[in-house]
Amino acid sequence: MKLENYGKGIAKGLTVTFRHLFRHPITTQYPEQRLTTSRRTRGNELIWDEIKCTGCATCAKACPQGAIQIVTSVNAVDNKYNVETYKVDTGYCIQCGLCVEACPYHAVYMGYSYERAKYRRGELVQTNEMLLRSDKRPASGYMYPEMAAELPEQTLLVYRDKVKE
Amino acid sequence: MTLKTEPFVLNIGPVHPSTHGVFRMRATLDGEVIIDLEPVFGYLHRGIEKLAEERTFTGFIPLTDRLDYMASMSNNLGYVLAVEKLAGIKVPERAEYMRVILAEFQRIASHLVAVGAFFNDCGAFFTPFIYMFREREKIYDLFEMLSGQRVLYNYMRVGGFNQDMPDEFLPAARTLVNQIRHRLDEYDTLLLENEIAIARSKGVGILPKELAISVGASGPVLRASGVKWDLRKADPYSIYDRFEFDVPTGTAGDCYDRWRVRVAEMRQSVRILDQALKQVPGGPVKTYVPQFFHPPVGEAYAHIEAPKGELGFYLVSDGSIAPYRCHIRAPSFINLTALKEMVVGWKMQDLIIIFGSIDITMGEVDR
Amino acid sequence: MTAPALSRQLSAVSFELSSDWPGNFWLHWIIFSVILIVFVLVMVLAFVYIERRGAGRIQARIGPNRVGPFGVLQPIADAVKVMLKEDIVPFTADKIVHFLAPIVSFAPLVMIFAVVPFGNGVLLVDLNTGILYVVAIASLTSVGVLMAGWGSSNKYSLLGAMRDVASVVSYEIPMVLSVLGVVMMAGSLSLAQIVQSQNIPFIFFQPLGSLVFFIAGCAEINRSPFDLLEADSELTAGFHTEYSGMKFALFYLVEYGEALALSAVISTLFLSGWRGPILPPWLWLVGKIVVIFFVMVWTRMTLPRARIDQLMAVAWKFLFPLAILNFLITGVEVLAWPNGLPWPLIFVNFAIAGLLILAFSRRYKVGWGRVEVRELR
Repeated sequence: MKLENYGKGIAKGLTVTFRHLFRHPITTQYPEQRLTTSRRTRGNELIWDEIKCTGCATCAKACPQGAIQIVTSVNAVDNKYNVETYKVDTGYCIQCGLCVEACPYHAVYMGYSYERAKYRRGELVQTNEMLLRSDKRPASGYMYPEMAAELPEQTLLVYRDKVKE
Repeated sequence: MTLKTEPFVLNIGPVHPSTHGVFRMRATLDGEVIIDLEPVFGYLHRGIEKLAEERTFTGFIPLTDRLDYMASMSNNLGYVLAVEKLAGIKVPERAEYMRVILAEFQRIASHLVAVGAFFNDCGAFFTPFIYMFREREKIYDLFEMLSGQRVLYNYMRVGGFNQDMPDEFLPAARTLVNQIRHRLDEYDTLLLENEIAIARSKGVGILPKELAISVGASGPVLRASGVKWDLRKADPYSIYDRFEFDVPTGTAGDCYDRWRVRVAEMRQSVRILDQALKQVPGGPVKTYVPQFFHPPVGEAYAHIEAPKGELGFYLVSDGSIAPYRCHIRAPSFINLTALKEMVVGWKMQDLIIIFGSIDITMGEVDR
Repeated sequence: MTAPALSRQLSAVSFELSSDWPGNFWLHWIIFSVILIVFVLVMVLAFVYIERRGAGRIQARIGPNRVGPFGVLQPIADAVKVMLKEDIVPFTADKIVHFLAPIVSFAPLVMIFAVVPFGNGVLLVDLNTGILYVVAIASLTSVGVLMAGWGSSNKYSLLGAMRDVASVVSYEIPMVLSVLGVVMMAGSLSLAQIVQSQNIPFIFFQPLGSLVFFIAGCAEINRSPFDLLEADSELTAGFHTEYSGMKFALFYLVEYGEALALSAVISTLFLSGWRGPILPPWLWLVGKIVVIFFVMVWTRMTLPRARIDQLMAVAWKFLFPLAILNFLITGVEVLAWPNGLPWPLIFVNFAIAGLLILAFSRRYKVGWGRVEVRELR
């Protein structure tokens, strides 16, 4: 005589839930404790290197959204492009990183920070000097392994949540 | 004196309390029993197929992420396979292994959401949902290590990958596969023999085998109805023919079978991952393909076994840097065809459960 | 004044009751009523806190911990928020019925605590029909629910309210029958008397009865796994859809207050109420109430929800026969040993309970409920 459906499943489920009471919670308290993001994170902003950029506009052509706008003029003295405006509308940007991959002179980097919300929509459009790399705007190692090696290691939940074998 | 009842129309609006996106249904109810159902969708239509004609082949990859946003790697893989078939590009070995590893991790992640959301609809007040999301977090962490983003990866490229795996990926992946195996056992202890879950899902919302085949269903919905059809075995793409795995099939085609098929598929994915993680070779990860490349004139259709079903990309190229036409065969859209037959005769509470067990993502349905 | 001293003072006051009418009676009534109402409100706030923290820990996360140290002020923040909300009444609603529904739901709840003993003789009034009074008053809350459903002029609220009345009426029967076993063993309907006669808690002598009472009680108060009336992922949001502001707060209070009342009644009937060795009696009672509430939170967080016809099936096909059989067996035992049951019967009772549950599980069927629908067009 087969015995089933007498409540064993419910009892087993209740033991699993009960055991969770004694485990560490896996959440972190956000503003006080922050986890380290990946070294290749594609953060919320774009970083531009004025010195290496030659104004070829490959990044603007590669961007699927058309968020990058470049205005150049010819520099008659050195016979290269003189970049007058390099404007990124971070509202259109989907942080795909195709511009970083496309640049032949390694002049564009993805940002490393993710808490870059602005209060006004106009502040989302960033030009020239606002895009330079600084302490407040660190660059991530997306597509640049030597830069990635200098950034801190990512916190992985795999190692923080111990599963008893 | 006979009792006369009058059916009324209930609009289950686009703003849902359950987690499946903007989907609208107009149900005709007689008391509690559903007599008729009319799905209305299109609330998330973004014109992705038209946008493909204005982006380059590489620039379209971020947009394919946003189709089935629960399983972005699979979408990337399908599209990239279609372009490679069109242009005749061959991909190095290491990239093939990486693709299989990523696709299987993504399958586990997508099924975790499907099963978790199914139990959320059943009423187990978020507890299985949060437990399954804990495992999904770990998978996301690994994907973030590779590609930089957590949900919409934009990682695969035509010809392989642009960035290789960092050194810490493989040990973490092996640890994670072991943890997932143990945690799947824990979820089964929590829910498998639970009498209430069985009573809610067994025999409910049956999709008969002939109907499933005739509407073109695919994926776990088709396999739960008794048809043993998996594209990884029937029409192998990439290097799936080198791995040993089974194709779990259900018998009755009810919600219970769809749930069990998804859990069994997660276990088979763990098996594939075990084999693949041991055999990853070294070498390059990309064959050279220019940034704005011109494939030859022609058309190609490539399909993969995405977590939701058969995801297909049909590309027509006329030699320029953008596709001439891109059509996406979305599995969730086609699985929804049989919704009315599955639901008629059941009660309103069963409607939510049956709809949740098909596991759709509105990004795919509406594109 | 320390707590044991206060309870002794109260005991002294209540013992003077029968000999000294009416001055002392009214003093006792005023003080005790105020204490009871404060007790209910404070315990409901504590229950909200326990539920949210407990749910958080079960789900591998921390519960609310920002408001006050360890989040203890969170229920107060919730109460303040809800009181500040605008009170919206639908235009076509029946104004008087809509207004009175929360009050009609809440008043019987506090009245239940009039007969729950907090110590040896420490009750508001020692009715000799204690448990009958509790059962009668507890079913009045469903009148409030029906008034809420009707007065909202929303067909889904009415649907939800009617489902609620049907389920409450169905679950009254196993609840009352399982209480009768306790009444037979104690020999009296009065709750104080029942506690006095529990040298060994009745949960050991009546495993089947307590299980049936617990399940039927959870269904009466619409708690998971039977909470399809107030479910978040179901379509009709229940009878309290059209309520906001303080009226909604009253319904919320009623939900946790009913849980409190059920826990208090279970601890009194089955777990020997205030009896215990070292700590003051009311502390034992509060402790047992918290333990039972914790079991309710635990089952809520684990189990999925039952469908409406499955809910009715459990009441009529599973709990009702078990309650009748329990009544019969307890009657036989009480007749055989009229001077108190010997403790070896505990094992016999557990064995009988196990056998009956296994026997009734053979009738569990799945996959029913589909109705054949002819084509409309």
